[in-house]
Amino acid sequence: MLTFHMNKTLTRSDLANAVHEQIGLSYNESAQLVSSVLEEISLCLETGDQVKLSSFGTFSVSSKNARVGRNPKTGVEATITPRRVLSFRPSNLMKKRVNGG
Amino acid sequence: MTKSELIARLAELNPSLYHRDLEQLVNTVFDTITEALENGDRVELRGFGAFSLRERKARVGRNPRTGEAVSVDAKTIPFFKMGKGMRERLNK
Repeated sequence: MLTFHMNKTLTRSDLANAVHEQIGLSYNESAQLVSSVLEEISLCLETGDQVKLSSFGTFSVSSKNARVGRNPKTGVEATITPRRVLSFRPSNLMKKRVNGG
Repeated sequence: MTKSELIARLAELNPSLYHRDLEQLVNTVFDTITEALENGDRVELRGFGAFSLRERKARVGRNPRTGEAVSVDAKTIPFFKMGKGMRERLNK
């Protein structure tokens, strides 16, 4: 049976609430711990290391060389500077779960 | 870094908390994100990035070994886009 589901966007505060309810720490402490989890992951990625979270997925940083791009609106060519980008590869479990498996 | 290394690091930073609570903290954070995606919701973590779903159409793929055509069903995939804060931190 199909039930109506209004799509929404979860934020840090929803994660803090989940931690608060599951672990029984205060909301403020939960919010601070959620930030701490994201901060430790960010610090590790900044060093260029990857972060592997089993049953969730892997975050990895890759370096892109400079290349010539084009402003899609004006068509003017511009050099895109070399940069580092973050990519996420979902685990097989997560891929199955979002497909209702 | 793995999940257990992350938990060990959080334990160092929070000596007053039980190890099993920190384990549950990390699991709750990532299970909540997975459940949201399962429900078709997005998760937006300012400064870090956003998780959303992307639809992939059914297509005719090929077995790379034999060259044989196989049909690949339409599917939904989890997608992550890094946030502005993260982009700045990686490119300082």
